[in-house]
Amino acid sequence: MPYRHQVGATTWTFRDLKDLLAKATPIRSGDHLAGIAAASAEQSVAARMCLAELPLKTFLNEAVVPYEADEVTRLIVDTHDAGAFAAIAHLTVGDFRDFLLSDDCDARVLEGIAGGVTPEMAAAVSKLMRNQDLILVASRRRVVTRFRNTIGEPGVMAVRLQPNHPADDLAGIAAATLDGLLYGCGDAVIGVNPASDSIPVLARISDLLDKLIARYRIPTQSCVLTHVTTTIDLIEQGVPVDLVFQSVAGTEKANASFGVTLAHLREGMEAARALKRGTVGDNVMYFETGQGTALSAGAHHGVDQQTCEARAYAVCRAFEPLLVNTVVGFIGPEYLYDGKQIIRAGLEDHFCGKLLGLPIGCDVCYTNHAEADQDDMDTLLTLLATAGVNYVIGVPGADDVMLNYQSTSFHDALYVRDLLGLKPAPEFATWLQDIGITGGDGRLLKPGGAHPLLRFAREVSA
Amino acid sequence: MTADGDPLRRLAAFTPARIALGRVGASLPTREVLSFALAHAQARDAVHAPLDAAAMAGQIQALGLPTVQVWSAAASRGEYLRRPDLGRRLSAPSAEDLARLKHPACDLAIVVADGLSSAAIHLQAGPFLAAFKRHVQARSLRLAPVVIAQMGRVALGDEIGALLNARAAAILIGERPGLSSPDSLGAYLTVNPSPGRTDAERNCISNIRPEGLSHERAAFKLDWLVGEALRRGITGVGLKDESDLVLLVPPGPRTALTDDS
Repeated sequence: MPYRHQVGATTWTFRDLKDLLAKATPIRSGDHLAGIAAASAEQSVAARMCLAELPLKTFLNEAVVPYEADEVTRLIVDTHDAGAFAAIAHLTVGDFRDFLLSDDCDARVLEGIAGGVTPEMAAAVSKLMRNQDLILVASRRRVVTRFRNTIGEPGVMAVRLQPNHPADDLAGIAAATLDGLLYGCGDAVIGVNPASDSIPVLARISDLLDKLIARYRIPTQSCVLTHVTTTIDLIEQGVPVDLVFQSVAGTEKANASFGVTLAHLREGMEAARALKRGTVGDNVMYFETGQGTALSAGAHHGVDQQTCEARAYAVCRAFEPLLVNTVVGFIGPEYLYDGKQIIRAGLEDHFCGKLLGLPIGCDVCYTNHAEADQDDMDTLLTLLATAGVNYVIGVPGADDVMLNYQSTSFHDALYVRDLLGLKPAPEFATWLQDIGITGGDGRLLKPGGAHPLLRFAREVSA
Repeated sequence: MTADGDPLRRLAAFTPARIALGRVGASLPTREVLSFALAHAQARDAVHAPLDAAAMAGQIQALGLPTVQVWSAAASRGEYLRRPDLGRRLSAPSAEDLARLKHPACDLAIVVADGLSSAAIHLQAGPFLAAFKRHVQARSLRLAPVVIAQMGRVALGDEIGALLNARAAAILIGERPGLSSPDSLGAYLTVNPSPGRTDAERNCISNIRPEGLSHERAAFKLDWLVGEALRRGITGVGLKDESDLVLLVPPGPRTALTDDS
């Protein structure tokens, strides 16, 4: 069904709901690549005006990807909570923005409506919001998850320690892990992206992290980020697996390009839960997403990349994840061209994730073929931390020597925790004090020669 | 604490990662900020350098392998960066050139493409192919001519493999440059290559360079994958890389860490 909006003497027509959403999206290169972006700045604002008048109920009646053709659409429709939706059922998209920004819309209200908000509603309202709106609303919503610690409470910002090595060398991975721990990082997860997908190599990395965590009683979890079916193989072989990782996207066809279905994810979740390795909770899934994924797989169905990304969050929330993060600038300039687009996308993703009830973090990052640099990352990191992001990534010196991109560093995490008074996950913060990495005020101590982790370090280098 | 006083400094020998940098308050010391800025500047410059296809043809022919040169559908480096779809298919003249060869059925088509780092091809493709050629001979593989592709993305190998009537296609491609590794090569293998194959239908070997996965090890892995792909008719998530199981003496992980419990 076409949608029309008149601005002055011009009547703008949008072919259908997905065309309206695509034209209303703030400019990004991926939508141009897909040939679905607004042709002019005025058309984009006209689309936003048209979208603002659209009742939220429209999204329950018109799917952007057909129900029959796509299991993600079926998941969204079949799990929609009509009771939760009742509180916002009378609103237009524009009213919904006002509702979210009103003084009455607190954490309790946001939690109450989460099951009634579809990804397309979240994406739509985000398109009407400025960066400050995305930050303010998200900052009111906390999503708390647990495995061996508690992530997401107010005043907490966790860090995934990402100690990748280009040849999966165990001593190299251990060295980077110790470096990160000594900066107070690693409470979200110690998560390695392996260069190999070879089972014996993955098993050795899992064993290493398991031994480190067990020996020092670190209240955190490990993850080797490989395909879900490979992780299931590892579990079947008796390898110690804490979290099951998978990259996911917002359409069935895009997930197929990753070789994954919802059934695979359920199987992975059940296999990890059966191990009962969590001590304070059983959130066992770790997902990564990113705008442009569906398009890069030729599986976007003409839907704009930000709406596709929000649909990926519906996939994530069905599996009660411990961690979800958008890898916002990883995909390259053909999807997010420069620092401005990356910053906007990071704030949108965090907002949509929180609105949908996800424990969302962000890999604040860029590649060397994008028009971005460390200054842009500083900006996005600072904005996300003020918005209450669940966690960010810690890579030594911000330079991932395996994946060849720049993320945030241990120093960056320290900077933003210092600046905003943010703490690590409470169990992990206690451990940091007990083991002498931080002092009574939570600030880093200067490591002394007797430090237990340094003893471990001496053994590694021996 | 300065980097000189960082107790982890000795561990820096175990990884190319930027560990033991020291700190001033919460922040990086000045020399690390500048060192990072220099590396970023060099990587930015590397992204935009063109492939020296003539020099590559010379290197590869010197190994006794014939070459063919092709171009993707991207017209310029700028367009190539913004339009990856154009880098995934051949220009019309190049597609015609390959079709005109009417190449007889063969086992493997090897494609060498610049990807996002011409430096990776300039430095790694020759030594890798020299190592891989020994496996080709041992396995008596029937090879198509090596195709040198300008402004090519990974999926370009599938179209080339189909046009050359190959049972499998392996594309060697410059990976997107990292700060510490502007010259890293990737290899992707697809069985029954044809346009439209997805990433899930490919196997990948990454970080091929002396500081990462050596040319010899990478050639061994690719040979193992090619052997399994041709024998079982699958690549991608259905084919797990178990080449390490057949290595008699796996080089690599030091044991100090795992023996300490």
